[in-house]
Amino acid sequence: MQANEDKVRFDWNRSLPRDRELDPYILELANPRERVLDLGCGRGELLKKLKEEKKVREHGIELNSEHVADCLAQGLSVIQADLEEGLSDFMGECFDLIILNQVLLTVKDPLALLQQALRIGRRAVVTFPNFAHWRIRLHLLLTGRLPVNQTLPYKWYESPEIRLATIKDFQELCRELHIEIESRRFLQLNSLVQNRKVNLWPNLRSTVALFCLRRGGQYDSNPK
Amino acid sequence: MSQPNQIPDSSVGLVETRSVIFRGAEWVLQLESGKTLHPVKVAYETYGRLSPAKDNAVLVCHALSGDAHAAGYHTGAPGEKPGWWELIIGPGKPLDTDRYFVICSNFLGGCKGTTGPADIDPATGRPYGLNFPFYTVRDMVKVQKWLLDHLGVKKLLAVIGGSLGGMQVLQWSISYPDLVLGAIPIAATARMSPQAIAFNEVARQAIMSDPSWNYGLYKPDRQPESGLALARMIAHITYLSENAMLRKFSRRMIDGTERGFKLEADFQVESYLHHQGSTFVKRFDANTYLYITRAMDYFDLHLDYGSLKNAFDPCKSSFLVVSFTSDWLFPPFHSQELVKGLRQAGKNVSYCNIGSDQGHDAFLLPGNRMGEVVSGFLTRLEKEVQLAGK
Repeated sequence: MQANEDKVRFDWNRSLPRDRELDPYILELANPRERVLDLGCGRGELLKKLKEEKKVREHGIELNSEHVADCLAQGLSVIQADLEEGLSDFMGECFDLIILNQVLLTVKDPLALLQQALRIGRRAVVTFPNFAHWRIRLHLLLTGRLPVNQTLPYKWYESPEIRLATIKDFQELCRELHIEIESRRFLQLNSLVQNRKVNLWPNLRSTVALFCLRRGGQYDSNPK
Repeated sequence: MSQPNQIPDSSVGLVETRSVIFRGAEWVLQLESGKTLHPVKVAYETYGRLSPAKDNAVLVCHALSGDAHAAGYHTGAPGEKPGWWELIIGPGKPLDTDRYFVICSNFLGGCKGTTGPADIDPATGRPYGLNFPFYTVRDMVKVQKWLLDHLGVKKLLAVIGGSLGGMQVLQWSISYPDLVLGAIPIAATARMSPQAIAFNEVARQAIMSDPSWNYGLYKPDRQPESGLALARMIAHITYLSENAMLRKFSRRMIDGTERGFKLEADFQVESYLHHQGSTFVKRFDANTYLYITRAMDYFDLHLDYGSLKNAFDPCKSSFLVVSFTSDWLFPPFHSQELVKGLRQAGKNVSYCNIGSDQGHDAFLLPGNRMGEVVSGFLTRLEKEVQLAGK
């Protein structure tokens, strides 16, 4: 559980606007007084809202010790640890909701993390930037370079996201792992106009995806 | 008359150490070693007021060389040092005496007012010395519980302590799960490493090889001073970190930069350690040092309960575990093991490995974030109590 310096080095502030944009949608998914675990909870912004608005029993895991101290100073229940280690110590289904807000693509073993999350929680919320957005496709096609934008605000060598995924890829993975998709949200984060929900051609038109998952069950076959 | 000391507003002010003697058939202390002790005197201090609902008490457990005097001043004389945890106890401080009723007692077997090896054995009329029975952290906690009963405190908002104090916190949460709402072990461990036991043993040998020690039969005013001072010097090294020493002393000489070509203290770090040693012998008893370090060595939750998960299974407290990055005596991974055991037992636990280059002693020093972390945790517990009371 020793702090992994490589991971703490990232400047998370740059993706903070993107990460916080999704908070209202995650808040909607939490039911009052649930046991909620936010993996990679940062300074506890989302946990605090969940605690105040939904009266959840909050818990967080965060690697950065300054961020953890910020959380604890606000009275939040948070453990300083590498979220890829130690989840196996939790008993099965000891949480109602696990939050993986923009963290799944930052870890070495996303599959293991996803499966652990669905073992210790009844439901899991996963959000990630959609690499199949048309602007990214076009940018790559026309300039031959990787995008640096609002949803992916880092250059290739400094990005905490060590993996890239598209909505289709993720849905395919859920199918393979027999993970039930309870609900999903596709969004176009935009600094100029209000964030928009995307209903038509989400894999092409949304910049960010949010999935609410459950273990086992039926696969909702509706990939677009 | 000398000018009274300017006591800051952030202090609890003038305080006194009180004591209670537990005497009578129902107060024979059964120790873990199988021996008994009677009577038992306990020295303690309290700060703040117990609320009408009696739900705001915080017990502070001190470390090896601490005492009941955790905050405030005894005389207010110029130059008087405040209690050992003045840093966090007082009005508006993390252990806010405007909100909490703070209790600190000298632990069993100490030499600051609670019955210990330096006290007179009623059976012989002479100091106990090596006739004092061995005691454990569990025994210390048992006596603290007696004190709480005496004070009419039936519930603790929190128990907090660093180092050996943290061991007592852990034992409290295990021995009295219904009493402890929040447990805050700081720079603690479920069991010390062989390295830490080794340092304790060298310290004990330093005391016992001083001829004045005389198998513990020294007179109170004839302590084995050189042995006890040496023990303290060794221990003090383990409380600091390499960086802290570098920052504090570098390689500075006492007299400028010239080598003195002498064996007396020449480097500043040497004179610092000598000072630590010589002031310690004035305030601490050598036999007591032997016993307390043994109590630390013997503390082992794995041995007592089979595993940490088993140890913590009966606990009902919320935990805040705190370690410091540069602590190599009770290193962070020991705290992380506690967190793991607590997680496995399904307990509510928070943990922070606070950045500090101050080593094990960081919990006694300003300049790190321990205070705000503790304050946040206590405030949360307080709110929970208020909500539950509604």
